[in-house]
Amino acid sequence: MLIDTAHFTPLTALSGGLLIGLAASVLVVSIGKVAGISSVLGGLMTHPTTSAWRWAFVGGLVAVAWGWQAYRGVALTIETPSIWLVVAGLCVGVGTRYGAGCTSGHGVCGIARGSLRSVVATAVFMLVAMVTVWLRHRF
Amino acid sequence: MSTEKKYLLAAFVSGAMFACGLLWSEMANPAKVLGFLDITGLWDPSLLLVMMGAIPTAALGFRWMAKQSKPLLAAHHAVPATANIDVPLIIGAVLFGIGWGIAGICPGPAVLLAVIQPASGVLFLSAMALGIALHALISPRA
Repeated sequence: MLIDTAHFTPLTALSGGLLIGLAASVLVVSIGKVAGISSVLGGLMTHPTTSAWRWAFVGGLVAVAWGWQAYRGVALTIETPSIWLVVAGLCVGVGTRYGAGCTSGHGVCGIARGSLRSVVATAVFMLVAMVTVWLRHRF
Repeated sequence: MSTEKKYLLAAFVSGAMFACGLLWSEMANPAKVLGFLDITGLWDPSLLLVMMGAIPTAALGFRWMAKQSKPLLAAHHAVPATANIDVPLIIGAVLFGIGWGIAGICPGPAVLLAVIQPASGVLFLSAMALGIALHALISPRA
């Protein structure tokens, strides 16, 4: 294993992470909900009329994304070819709903509240994602 | 301000903070994520630090909630009580891992990228929404 020192950004990663966790705390302390984005999006789609808080949460995400696009510091690019983006999107959509969580719901909130179920899910999806990257580099 | 308005404002503020964290930490940058997942190549450990930052600050809120009878602006909390490690959990995590490993995009960044980089971001978000809808069709309890 070689560390990519040129791209390693420990300070922004750690401080950005603190903010993500704080956002999750704000949500659970104020309204008692879990900041799991796949569950928020799933709830929006399956129960659109009883999802006011989910719309508000996604509204916060979109508002910041708009602001970022208008005054962005770093350009974000997606280099994955379209066909693979579709395959990936389908896998992420089905998988996060079937496994009841994603990076935020299991990886941050679940682990933060000491759920073994979330620790297992996070370990599995991280390992599988690492193997997938390894395979993609070879085929 | 009515409690209902405060309730929605809290959700909006949390979403905005969450997005700032994803963008500032570069969790929303697919290339950065793929660099973290590439452990056998040149490995960028940054996202490990994102998790190390996020888990303790999220734990503060969940620990507070565990000791309270209710959250500040609602009558009940919706923190799941599910604890079983079952087959759907594993299959779901495997599928999600495959998708995350292909594109380096998870659900939060998918929403942000659909706005910031609509050309391909909307395509990913649409495919993800289709996946969510497919699951809802297959699974009767959803």
